[in-house]
Amino acid sequence: MQELKARALELLKNGTVQRVLGWRIGENTYDPEPAFFDSEEAMKDFVYNNFCAANLSKYMIEACKLEGKTLVCLKPCDSYSFNQLLSEHRIDREKAYIIGVGCKGKLSIEKVSQAGVKGILSVTDTDPLQVTTLYGDTTVAYKDAMLSRCHVCKGKDHVVYDELIGESEDTVDADRFAEVAAIEAMSPEEKFAFFQAELSKCIRCNACRNVCPACSCRKCVFDSNKFDSTQKANVDSFEEKMFHIIRAFHVAGRCTDCGECSRVCPQGIPLHLFNRKFIKDINNLYGEYQAGADVEAKGPLTSFTTEDAEPSVVSQGGIR
Amino acid sequence: MSVNEEFRPKIVAFCCNWCSYAGADLAGSSRLAYPADVKIIRVPCSCRVNPMFILRAFEKGADGVILCGCHPGDCHYSTGNYYARRRMTLLFSMLDFMGVENGRTRVEWVSAAEGVKFSTVMNDFVEKIRSLGENVRLGDLRCKN
Ligand code: SF4
Ligand code: SF4
Ligand code: SF4
Ligand code: FES
Repeated sequence: MQELKARALELLKNGTVQRVLGWRIGENTYDPEPAFFDSEEAMKDFVYNNFCAANLSKYMIEACKLEGKTLVCLKPCDSYSFNQLLSEHRIDREKAYIIGVGCKGKLSIEKVSQAGVKGILSVTDTDPLQVTTLYGDTTVAYKDAMLSRCHVCKGKDHVVYDELIGESEDTVDADRFAEVAAIEAMSPEEKFAFFQAELSKCIRCNACRNVCPACSCRKCVFDSNKFDSTQKANVDSFEEKMFHIIRAFHVAGRCTDCGECSRVCPQGIPLHLFNRKFIKDINNLYGEYQAGADVEAKGPLTSFTTEDAEPSVVSQGGIR
Repeated sequence: MSVNEEFRPKIVAFCCNWCSYAGADLAGSSRLAYPADVKIIRVPCSCRVNPMFILRAFEKGADGVILCGCHPGDCHYSTGNYYARRRMTLLFSMLDFMGVENGRTRVEWVSAAEGVKFSTVMNDFVEKIRSLGENVRLGDLRCKN
């Protein structure tokens, strides 16, 4: 962390970059938030710890409109989102100075609570986590406090960067498509019951859309077209029901599986299941594809072959 | 309601202007029968059909939605139906994944000369939807428990 902060400060002071896009220390170790830093004074609050889960690539859309370069800290998975935005011409490579930061798997305070810890006062980002609570001290194993996405990480290599700082560790201990496959194996009744129960929890806060680097349309279908508001307070019944399918479809073929949508959903809805189903189908039908891996690659929904499967494969047993 | 006798399904058929709509026309002028429950919506090309159109049709009460376009290779705009094919495959698979009966959605390629095929396809699709009954799930995905 010190090395990263020192280097960022150096680049800011020598004028290579006009600002730094990183994480600002919150009230606690576990709630750092994305922030821009434009002075040595501001950099005092800069932090990079194992709770820095937010993917900063989407903020580059705005940063690229500003004068000068922005230093952006990207974790390995964030670098895929950055590349995807590059290939969609939403950001400008010349406006970014990328420090690829190491990642040992990111932690989540929700996971700590889910591990059964109550009344959390403070927590460390060490292995294991040292937690002080209203009821005394305890520890939680690092793996148990890690975000689900880190258990199925795409790998610790950055696909785009100017320099690399910090070490990474392998965190994979699960199959990325296992959850999807388990649902595919259910009966239609079970599938429907599962999704109805999950989606009924949605409060339409739009957090999943707002955080998503692939959801960067200037005019979103879910925004009000009558008023200049960023989101509709009252959605019609169509959106109520179809929001999740539409959102996932809009990012199909462009979603890098960065896991931010599931991370930010206040209702704990497993949004990654939709994205991963699309990714799994695309891999199956049109060949292995990882959005963001290659800036020049043609997206699976903006290309085709004359030999593609017919939609009837779905009613003939489904795509597994 | 006894499903087989009284249930009249609402079917929406998106037909591309250049082949399938002409095919439907031919079916009509050749006096080939297909159920009046099929409501045709003409679109310039199969790839004009945004996945949201399909969902919207269901939300508005359709029991089945079918998309008809020119045969692969014959699209008036050369490649529109190839894009539509990928989109619809993925959309249908997602609906299937969520537990919506997969027989409610279909894609068929019907040329301007295939009046007979048009009427056979529609008869078959209506039969299928009759057997599935009313669409509840797509209208109901996010109803509060
Ligand atoms: S939900 Fe769709 S329209 Fe809205 S930002 Fe995402 S991709 Fe764009
Ligand atoms: S849909 Fe979710 S996982 Fe995919 S890019 Fe958006 S936030 Fe990341
Ligand atoms: S973040 Fe969760 S609750 Fe909010 S709109 Fe998305 S799915 Fe619904
Ligand atoms: S014009 Fe018929 S499918 Fe494109």
